[in-house]
Amino acid sequence: MNDTDYHVAPAQGFWVFVLILVTIVIAALWAAHQMDTAGHAITGMNNQVVWGLPHVFAVFLILCASGALNPASLSTVFGRTRYAPIARLSGVFAICLLVGGLVVLVLDLGRPDRLQVAITTYNFRSIFAWNVLGYTGFIVIVGVYLACFMDNAPRGAVKAAGYVAFAWRVLLTSGTGAIFGFLVAREGYDAAILVPLFVAISFALGTAFFLIGLVLSFRWSGQVPDSEVLKKLGRLLAIFVLVVLYLVAVQTLTSLYSGRQRGVVEFLLFSGGVYPVLFWLGQVGLGSILPLMLLYSRRSRGCASILTASVLVLVGGLCQLYVLIIGGQVYPLRIFPGYRASSSFFDGVVTYYVPSLWEVLLGVGGVAMAVLLCLVAMRILPLLPRALPLKPGTLVRDP
Amino acid sequence: MAAGDTSTLPRREFLGRASALAGLVVSFAPGMRLIDLAAAKPDGEAASAEVRWGMLVDATRCVSGCDACVKACATEHGLEMTDRPEIDAQWIRKVDLIDENTGREISLPVMCQHCEDAPCVAVCPTGASFRREDGIVLVNKHTCIGCRYCMMACPYKARSFIHINLVGQRTHSPRGKGTVESCTFCVHRVDRDREPACVEACTAAGHQALLFGDLSDNEGELAHRLSEVQTQQLRSDLGTNPGVHYHGL
Repeated sequence: MNDTDYHVAPAQGFWVFVLILVTIVIAALWAAHQMDTAGHAITGMNNQVVWGLPHVFAVFLILCASGALNPASLSTVFGRTRYAPIARLSGVFAICLLVGGLVVLVLDLGRPDRLQVAITTYNFRSIFAWNVLGYTGFIVIVGVYLACFMDNAPRGAVKAAGYVAFAWRVLLTSGTGAIFGFLVAREGYDAAILVPLFVAISFALGTAFFLIGLVLSFRWSGQVPDSEVLKKLGRLLAIFVLVVLYLVAVQTLTSLYSGRQRGVVEFLLFSGGVYPVLFWLGQVGLGSILPLMLLYSRRSRGCASILTASVLVLVGGLCQLYVLIIGGQVYPLRIFPGYRASSSFFDGVVTYYVPSLWEVLLGVGGVAMAVLLCLVAMRILPLLPRALPLKPGTLVRDP
Repeated sequence: MAAGDTSTLPRREFLGRASALAGLVVSFAPGMRLIDLAAAKPDGEAASAEVRWGMLVDATRCVSGCDACVKACATEHGLEMTDRPEIDAQWIRKVDLIDENTGREISLPVMCQHCEDAPCVAVCPTGASFRREDGIVLVNKHTCIGCRYCMMACPYKARSFIHINLVGQRTHSPRGKGTVESCTFCVHRVDRDREPACVEACTAAGHQALLFGDLSDNEGELAHRLSEVQTQQLRSDLGTNPGVHYHGL
């Protein structure tokens, strides 16, 4: 709860952005329709790589959603009142990102028309089923949390909702990590450390997305966000990126040391063609080292640096998820340890995956859907706190 | 109506008597298998937990290059190959193995292992993947949403996703675009007291590398063979307890 004065985003440029985003969303829906009528044969997915680019985008958006709630959690759970004015934006971003991710996930199903079955018939042994409940719960809980601080509810109610939302988002992201971490048969995934790793990735990606949204939405309304908030969130982003790097290093070294998973790690890091490139160049170089340099360098601590670092973290996150999700599938299952296997069903060989245009459209469409919902929410709800006016002609201002 | 006047027998009674007579004649007619079918599970009766269907794959008898079991499965279930093998459904496949230490070559079929603790059943969000009481793992084609999580979880790569529109499916083998499928142990045959098509084809080819039966029947041939020869289950380290056992690995 705070005394900040809020306003809706200005009309200027709104319809242009909406038009662009709606066009992308329609293209995504068209792609999904094609996949639904012709079958997944028109995608790059096959019986070896069963989760393709849409899953990468879906997981990316779901992790972003959880992490975008960071500023709200910092304000309510950790008592950092400086973030209270932007808590509304944080909650709305979280819901919109999750919806974007879920849209991609649902439209990539073999039978998206059976969504009703998915939300009414549960196998409670399935981590996926837990996640379905987790997603729904997240939207409801964050919605209540949002309503609490938008309606100036008593401090106790806001705090209670904040604590529940924080716990729920950690559980939700843990569940997403568990979907992969508990796949014991696949050497690329079988690791409990994927659970905390996904939580850390969500903190990094969500903070990065929030920073971009914060700067751009403030600029849209001709204002400058609190420079101290930007600086602190930038530092937090750096810490999250370091934690992700640390967990990836631990997972990688453990796998290399144990021997059982050495083959898949060597494949993903050194010999696997596109995957090592995405790992070293995308995830580590562009997505981690460069943002850390931008965020820690004394000379480039400006708002533009934070914005650039945030974009790079998102690019790195996409690369990381691509390597993890796709790379983990193209590497063959070891059904017969001690034997070299071959068959007409691609046993024993590295398979291939090239995403189709349909999948690219669907994945990007999910991001467009999330951004579109954020824009519409900002236009109709008083989410933006009044802040300092932006200097004419400046993109961003140094904090 | 006068007593004993059969010329005015009510139609329902007449049909009943006529059916009984026809049934009696047909039951004893040469070549008919109504007596055999009496041992099959009647329609509507649930599978029994007293049975655990399983299979022994004898790799020492399986012949490299022979794909009689694969062809029989494809014919039985209407699995048609396309020019894109990466998306073709394969319920059973022949795998050629070379021992990395000795160079020994082995050929054997791999299909759904019908695990006791099946990962596909555990991960299925809607419960479409399920295990019958008699151990046969199936997919309910009405509640499968095509999420493919079961394919990710299966340690044996035994499942296929239908990537294309299908026509001319077999009535006993429901299949449809956008859903996942795998070997059913030819449940439609097993419930009629017949062997799976692959087993029948392997026997017909003279190899007898596949033996199907009830794992819990100590007097049965399968249990007898399992007690005689050394066998192993694929990825037994995962604790899934497959119903398919391999000899000669």
